[in-house]
Amino acid sequence: MSAHDHAEGHGRAHGGAAHGSFKGYLIGFVLSVILTAIPFWLVMSGAIDNKQATAIVIMAFAVVQIVVHMVFFLHMNTASEGGWSMLALIFTLILVVIVLTGSLWVMYHLNANMMPGLHDMREMP
Amino acid sequence: MDSSATTAGTEPVFHLEEEHAHAEGSSTMLGFWLYLMSDCLIFAMLFAAYGVLGANYAAGPAPKDLFDLDLVAINTTMLLLSSITYGFAMLTMDKGRVAATQAWLAVTGLFGLAFLSIELYEFAHMIHEGATPQRSAFLSSFFTLVGTHGLHVTFGIVWLVTLMTQVARFGLIEANRRRLMCLSMFWHFLDVVWIGVFTFVYLMGMLR
Repeated sequence: MSAHDHAEGHGRAHGGAAHGSFKGYLIGFVLSVILTAIPFWLVMSGAIDNKQATAIVIMAFAVVQIVVHMVFFLHMNTASEGGWSMLALIFTLILVVIVLTGSLWVMYHLNANMMPGLHDMREMP
Repeated sequence: MDSSATTAGTEPVFHLEEEHAHAEGSSTMLGFWLYLMSDCLIFAMLFAAYGVLGANYAAGPAPKDLFDLDLVAINTTMLLLSSITYGFAMLTMDKGRVAATQAWLAVTGLFGLAFLSIELYEFAHMIHEGATPQRSAFLSSFFTLVGTHGLHVTFGIVWLVTLMTQVARFGLIEANRRRLMCLSMFWHFLDVVWIGVFTFVYLMGMLR
């Protein structure tokens, strides 16, 4: 019985932050509502004339909102599970960045180079 | 660690007795987090495929012809609301209030169902207009990415109903608390993926 209590206490000590508080959830919810509403409004109303600028702004909002969700809903911090979950997250993020930027970069150039009429065959060696 | 085990000519020594006791489920949270990270990689691949193929319409419909941002906004609201209600379920679980926990879980499930219904309505509408997954590379990658997310939500709801049955039967025992915490991570993780979906697929699709 005491071992069980100890296990529970142990779990709480490490995963204790995994529960959060009412205030924390509410702050996270309000922030994510704001961070969702602004990008939708920007795109639906066309408030910014420049589409490229709009895209950059809504991507920035998405990144901020993902961080908000990670902190307030998923309760990520450097201390949970002795830092291992943060380490796994950082490793995953590095892989995601490599996969996304790598794919987009390579395939964009491949598409650009495969455009018909881009290369004049007479100039080819 | 134990050089005797690897020293040539001696009997291999196994040190099972050194295995100290782990509390049951003490590593479940980290293990489940690692699963979520691998799931994250699946979505990263699908996002990459959509990023590469998303502009190949094959003279078919483009995002502007298909997407209804009002519907997506409602959908996003449903998922956000389900996230906060799951949070409330976790808070009431901490206080050991079974009925309140069950009620919040039920509300979460209903919001999840609303999200799924709206998504299926959107899919049906698109397919009815001839925008099937076979139509173009854009639509193939769109349906794969958004469909995979929808499938995750579906399994999340199945899991939710299962856990509600568990809690009804056995109460908020330690094992059920652990399971509910895993589902909590899963559910909030799906919300995080949805942020990527509505930003990259829907909003940026409308900008093209």
